[in-house]
Amino acid sequence: MEYFLQQLINGIVLGSIYGLVAIGYTMVYGIIGMINFAHGDVFMVGAFLALIAFLALLAIGVTAIPLALFLVLIVAMLLAALYGWAVERLAYRPLRGSHRLAPLISAIGMSIVLQNYVQLAQGARVKPLPPLIPGGYTLWEHNGFAVQLSNVQIIIVVTTLALMIVFSWLVSATKLGRNMRACEQDLKMASLVGVDIDRTISLTFVIGAALAAVAGVMYLLYYGVIDFFIGFIAGVKAFTAAVLGGIGSLPGAMLGGLLIGLIETFWSAYFSAEYKDVAAFSILVLVLIFMPTGILGRPEVEKV
Amino acid sequence: MAVPNEPATRARPAKLDLAGALKDAALAAFVAFGLFSLMLGLRTDTGASGRLQVSPRPGLLATVVAAVFAGRLMVALIARSRIAADFTRSVQTITPQFEKLGRFVAPALLALALLAPVLFYSNRYILDLGILVLTYIMLGWGLNIVVGLAGLLDLGYVAFYAVGAYAYALLAQNFGLSFWICLPLAGILAAFWGVMLGFPVLRLRGDYLAIVTLAFGEIIRIVIINWQSFTNGPNGISGIPRPSFFGAPFNDSEAGFAALFGLEFNPVHRIIFLFYLILALALLTNFVTLRLRRLPIGRAWEALREDEIACRSLGINTTNTKLTAFAMGAMFGGFAGSFFATRQGFISPESFVFMESALVLAIVVLGGMGSQLGVAVAALVMIGGFEFFRQFEQFRMLVFGIAMVSIMVWRPRGLIATRTPSVFLQKKKIIPADIIEEARQ
Amino acid sequence: MNAPAGEIILDTQHLSMRFGGLVAVDDLTFAAKRGEITAIIGPNGAGKTTVFNCITGFYQPSEGMIRIMHADGKEFLLERLPDFRIAARARVARTFQNIRLFAGMTALENLLVAQHNRLMIASGFTLLGIFGWPGYVRAEHAAVEKARFWLDRVGLAGRADDPAGALPYGAQRRLEIARAMCSEPALLCLDEPAAGLNPREASELNKLLGAIRAESEASILLIEHHMGVVMEISDHVVVLDYGQKIAEGPPREIRDDPKVIAAYLGVEEEEVAR
Repeated sequence: MEYFLQQLINGIVLGSIYGLVAIGYTMVYGIIGMINFAHGDVFMVGAFLALIAFLALLAIGVTAIPLALFLVLIVAMLLAALYGWAVERLAYRPLRGSHRLAPLISAIGMSIVLQNYVQLAQGARVKPLPPLIPGGYTLWEHNGFAVQLSNVQIIIVVTTLALMIVFSWLVSATKLGRNMRACEQDLKMASLVGVDIDRTISLTFVIGAALAAVAGVMYLLYYGVIDFFIGFIAGVKAFTAAVLGGIGSLPGAMLGGLLIGLIETFWSAYFSAEYKDVAAFSILVLVLIFMPTGILGRPEVEKV
Repeated sequence: MAVPNEPATRARPAKLDLAGALKDAALAAFVAFGLFSLMLGLRTDTGASGRLQVSPRPGLLATVVAAVFAGRLMVALIARSRIAADFTRSVQTITPQFEKLGRFVAPALLALALLAPVLFYSNRYILDLGILVLTYIMLGWGLNIVVGLAGLLDLGYVAFYAVGAYAYALLAQNFGLSFWICLPLAGILAAFWGVMLGFPVLRLRGDYLAIVTLAFGEIIRIVIINWQSFTNGPNGISGIPRPSFFGAPFNDSEAGFAALFGLEFNPVHRIIFLFYLILALALLTNFVTLRLRRLPIGRAWEALREDEIACRSLGINTTNTKLTAFAMGAMFGGFAGSFFATRQGFISPESFVFMESALVLAIVVLGGMGSQLGVAVAALVMIGGFEFFRQFEQFRMLVFGIAMVSIMVWRPRGLIATRTPSVFLQKKKIIPADIIEEARQ
Repeated sequence: MNAPAGEIILDTQHLSMRFGGLVAVDDLTFAAKRGEITAIIGPNGAGKTTVFNCITGFYQPSEGMIRIMHADGKEFLLERLPDFRIAARARVARTFQNIRLFAGMTALENLLVAQHNRLMIASGFTLLGIFGWPGYVRAEHAAVEKARFWLDRVGLAGRADDPAGALPYGAQRRLEIARAMCSEPALLCLDEPAAGLNPREASELNKLLGAIRAESEASILLIEHHMGVVMEISDHVVVLDYGQKIAEGPPREIRDDPKVIAAYLGVEEEEVAR
């Protein structure tokens, strides 16, 4: 029971990270119907930016962790947003009218570029960071097993919640959000009624990248070690989460993320850790076969 | 006297729009600074204490930003000047002449392939490279059936390559069957897997199908790694029987190939045999594909690519049509995998990563639209180019990725962006790519 | 050549189609007779294309029965069959409101794709075809001849090798009809074939449809807005409004029916009752 609770907590935390990345996938797919293959690598870049920023701040003497964390978040979000913008501008916008395979190949190319860029810039070895936020709370102790909730975990969940609230407000109440929804429904029509679709699409990528950067910072704090390849697997899992929750639906992305995080954690804990990635991939396949619109997605009626 | 169809750009004066170009360049440099500030400007290394530290690299950062500025400035100046207009116009006039030459490219390449072992008899490096290129050409032609003709996005093609390789390795090692028996068996197994994997997922739309096939590819790879008792896991399978010339092994023994033909033993004989073997397999793939294109199934594939609903309204069972494409592509992938296993003598899950699927897909897309010649040229360019990039050492993959993005942005339809009709009444007219609709919803 | 007219080929009973809360077709019952041209008309949004989609299997009806009866006695229940089987076995062919040709294939290739099933069998499901089996070669020649015949009929013989996407609009519409006819249907469903045609083209369409009625075994079911075509060519008219049938009968009766006029012109109900 205690073990179960611990896995539950761990799963929710992991799921929050996936959910943040999943939002980027679902927004981009919703608005231009394309899977942003390079999004997972933007998450990885965000984690690296956070790492470098942390170390830089420590080197110049900013040792107060909360301040450092705040600054790192801002910097990582801003710069990752810039990466997201640049990727869209260079690799996707020129291909916006053409057939659907072209942006996919371009995205795969971008993914290769980002991975190798980071590998060249920072070296291929894994990058460990000592735990910056120690401590936590023991919620429950029984049979010698303690159910613990660490401070890092609290920060992750709280940050995710806060961002979700801000973000939902953004999509429903602001002009940008309205424009995004209009573009999702009908891109051509939106441009005809005067929405600046280039800007809206760019902002979609920018916001997605910023959220992925937050996920990257959280990942760094939680696991303490990153390398240039974490983007690929995390990307596929986050995309699975987006599809599971219903592609195009923001609460769906978060829900999907939580589910994937929980499934992965429980599978690892109770069955086998080696096959945990297979579990995630298999869920993707099963969801797409049996429930392609996902849990919260809208079913599409084919127009003949 | 006004000449109606002169392009309007001719009238632009030669004045350089310096201010505009400088603005573009400054913006680019600013963005570059933002992007590279942390990643290039600082370097994380494990310091003396064993902990990570950062060290500044202002020089690198400054150089790169300056390079971006200069590059963007040049591009902006050229784009706004007359040079660009003149260049595009001359390209447009040369292109039809190039297309006429195009008829000679295919036979020329074929002749080159047939003669290569003779021309490069002593150059083992070129022969090996040739074998590698031909392997990818075959994989490209196999995937071309699925993606190029039938329009199904498959991002997990490497799975069939792996099935073929492992099937061959296990059959040859455990049952001692010869290459010529294992090859068709491996192909059949791969085709079978194609049907199994394809059946549940082929009704998915475009991008979803791509992700599902990617997932399948990864699942198969992870299973291979972990199912140690069957596949020997991450250690792979070694000691796979090498090819023999219909029974005569390629060694210096009495019963060997060299002795049989009265030649002095030379290890290159085996390589040349392998070269012709993969060439034959690739040409078989090509032949079958061209034949199928003219048969009802091939036409149905191309119709499916354009508009699935219209196909269904004509009574075509599109599920079976898709499965057939998938199975055929898988079969040729399986053949290629068998060849790979026998050529290397050793296989491991390392060779079957997602990157391979992506590479083969890139070859097909770069080649363009189901064009066999395009795929061959694309494979030559990409694999040959990749080898060429070897001189860049660690920058190789980065340059490769940049090349992939650049080529897609420059020619999204691929190198050969036209389609030849499979049947005609009077005159065969080549259809340009922009008329071809894909995946009409 | 003609099967006895007067027998019913398509019997639709209590057909209903609901999308969530929206009722697109409401309890529709009508019959189309063999060898006749039956038109379904009504204002926009009346549910006409939805009826077509139900008949041709692209939607599964919420309620109702759609039965097709061939001249040789074979019957099929269309509400249960998948779309491609309706086309292949029940021999119902259709054209689309927004023209769905294979734009990147030539006109000839389009017509050959329509004969896919027969050619597949002739090619031994491809296996015999790969080896150049003479039976297949003969079948392909026959298919090309049939394609040539229909291209002639629709006036596109000279453009057989042009990509379908490059043809002018009117030609594309005619090609779609030719393609549907190449699949040798018992029932040909045309979704607004006269849309966007000028008067000369519309009158040529009438001639084409009349020729199809006279010479081939196909019965025609037609959705159309163009009253000139409807009045001139159809034998029987069914009028829909808001998903319901409001009138049915020969064209002359329909033209003078006050309910129909009211539906199109939006006259008050009280005025209609007077």
